[in-house]
Amino acid sequence: MNNGAAIVPTTIQGKLLWAVVAVVGAVSLGVIALTRGEAISASWLVVAAVCIYLIAYRFYARFIAYRALGADAARQTPAYRRNDGLDYVPTNRYVLFGHHFAAIAGAGPLVGPVLAAQMGYLPGTLWLLAGVVFAGAVQDMTVLFLSTRRDGRSLGEIIRAEMGMAPGTIAGVGVLLICVIILAVLALVVVNALKGSPWGTFTVFCTIPIALVMGVYGRFIRPGRVGEMSAIGAVLLIVALLYGRTVAETPQLAALFTFSGPTLALIIIAYGYVASVLPVWLLLAPRDYLSTFMKIGTVALLAIGILIVRPQLQMPAMTQFTDGTGPVWAGSLFPFLFITIACGAVSGWHSLISSGTTPKMLENETQVPFIGYGAMLMESFVGVMAMIAACAIHPGAYFAMNSAAGVIGTTAGQAAETISSWGFMVTPDSLAQMAQDVGEKTILSRTGGAPTLAVGMAQILAQFIGGKSMMAIWYHFAILFEALFILTTVDAGTRVCRFMIQDLVGNAIPAFRETKSWANNLVGSAISCAFWGYFLYAGIIDPFGGIWTLWPLFGTANQMLAAIALMLCTVVLFKMKRQQYAWVTLAPATWLVVCTVTAGFEKAFSSSPGLGFFAHAAKFGSAAAAGEVLAPAKTLGDMARIVFNDNLDALLAVIFIVVVLSTLAYAVVNIRKALAAPISTTQEIGVVALAGGTR
Amino acid sequence: MSKIRIAFLWMQRTARLMIGVPDYETYVKHREEFHPGEPIMSYEEFFFERQSVRYTVSKERMKGCC
Repeated sequence: MNNGAAIVPTTIQGKLLWAVVAVVGAVSLGVIALTRGEAISASWLVVAAVCIYLIAYRFYARFIAYRALGADAARQTPAYRRNDGLDYVPTNRYVLFGHHFAAIAGAGPLVGPVLAAQMGYLPGTLWLLAGVVFAGAVQDMTVLFLSTRRDGRSLGEIIRAEMGMAPGTIAGVGVLLICVIILAVLALVVVNALKGSPWGTFTVFCTIPIALVMGVYGRFIRPGRVGEMSAIGAVLLIVALLYGRTVAETPQLAALFTFSGPTLALIIIAYGYVASVLPVWLLLAPRDYLSTFMKIGTVALLAIGILIVRPQLQMPAMTQFTDGTGPVWAGSLFPFLFITIACGAVSGWHSLISSGTTPKMLENETQVPFIGYGAMLMESFVGVMAMIAACAIHPGAYFAMNSAAGVIGTTAGQAAETISSWGFMVTPDSLAQMAQDVGEKTILSRTGGAPTLAVGMAQILAQFIGGKSMMAIWYHFAILFEALFILTTVDAGTRVCRFMIQDLVGNAIPAFRETKSWANNLVGSAISCAFWGYFLYAGIIDPFGGIWTLWPLFGTANQMLAAIALMLCTVVLFKMKRQQYAWVTLAPATWLVVCTVTAGFEKAFSSSPGLGFFAHAAKFGSAAAAGEVLAPAKTLGDMARIVFNDNLDALLAVIFIVVVLSTLAYAVVNIRKALAAPISTTQEIGVVALAGGTR
Repeated sequence: MSKIRIAFLWMQRTARLMIGVPDYETYVKHREEFHPGEPIMSYEEFFFERQSVRYTVSKERMKGCC
């Protein structure tokens, strides 16, 4: 019995149409996969991706919704059952799609693919496509479905209800750790983009007073007029962006906005602290409005740019770095590619959003595929665009930007020599020229993905609007756009972390739980900033450039959360007595458990000091004991700090493994119990007549 | 209403919900229909209420950051 539209097209025209889509997709994919040694047009990637998304959405998403999950058009959703006009509101599906997409799309899908491009465009693109179809979108839509059937409960609550208190708590610890790591990594991305860049620094600093003006306007002058305040903000931002060039070209002004990495790190930590204790309407909300609209607008602009310009991909399909010797991040293709690209393929964070506000506004269960699966496909497309932008720039420039100074040296001459020795011919002049084109002194070692994406975007957008003279403006526009929403995340994330810390410490000191207390917020924010600030600072002074060390940890943590969410979905499918379809979530859950455990294990215990944290600690520890100082450390104090940070990072990797494996154990126990039970044992709300799944 | 006006209203609705502000008209209709005689927030009150709810972290509301 299924009440959805047919999963397979019934008319001849329908069958023909989908056959054409399949053939076009297969041909494009073939071109991408088989072309070697010559540059191909990005259009092939776009066409292949779109065809795959269409087919996956039309067939697989429907199959999951109607067969595997048993979406029921007649069943009331929480939006109707608990309609209050505020949180629970039946909402038009296109409007809700926009809301959901804006909530899931962040910095992740833009950074991950850029870093993955060190292996060439092929491995990353294939994972973006396969990952989203079989794992990411499946997770988003299944969690959305589960939450909709439970009055919009959060992931943590569903885990506690369906799997038990202990796995709920374990998942909570996991979320706190991801939050700390992601804040550090994202702040690091901003620092690397802004260090020694007065233009970028000036514009990004300007966003603070601009947001304050917007906040005051929207609170007191014209309360609640979002359109007006956003328009004011957008105009002021453009003025700041254009004036930034004057700042950079005037030595006295430039000096005021030129900072080293460590100084910028301290500024961002202080910013995170102050922002997170201010009232939300003053800084956080207006910034969020600006960054949300700018994010959507820029993504749309980039899509149009790629479609019109159709850039050539200069990066090879596969580089020699698939073997794990790459300069951008350590580790071989398996498992580290699948960790590096998290958002865009599969992101654990989305399980928190899919069980947040969206399920409370869903009009009908049959819209789960459109919103849950569809929005994730769109995010994957953002990831593909980031991959295109990164691969459209010269590979020599790509590696110059993404390799740490410890690897390629600090001058254009050294960098060009090292990178050319890898087979990517580049001259010092071309590196200097590129820096000049984008209005910077240097592009060397701007790791973290954002500057690379900005150069790629600037190249594409300049061909489409403004020509070469606009390139510097487009570059700084792209940096501004990324920094804007990363700093919004830093503010919001510090608050989330603070809440979790308060909740945790509250077990021992109940008074600390009171979130309305100023003193608690001041202390809580300080602890929260100290946590992520520590990792940020350690990343800045890291000889490998921070991203090299921290991004794999972040990716592992994010995929760990996805694994937890997919294990939950599998348990619930068994409890619903729909185990014959459990493979839809069991397969991606298995893959992610294998990837995260292998990656965590290798990061901690690999005997290669370039990969394993313990091995690296041992190497530096024994050298320090012998009184030697290994580069890039300069003093024995540096040596001790490197050893300490290695051990800390290794400990985190071990914690991730423990979290995944213990959740797995609880999942197995629950599945066995569900199999032994004669009827559905899941705890849904609003069951109509028949128990779910027993039909 | 002209088509352009309708398109504008839908875009406005979508943009507002992207930043966590649901449709005010719908809220007013809901109050009038299901809670007749009870107070209805003005648009400004409604906006501030939604704004503070969006950014207040609690067990129920954990925002992602990716």
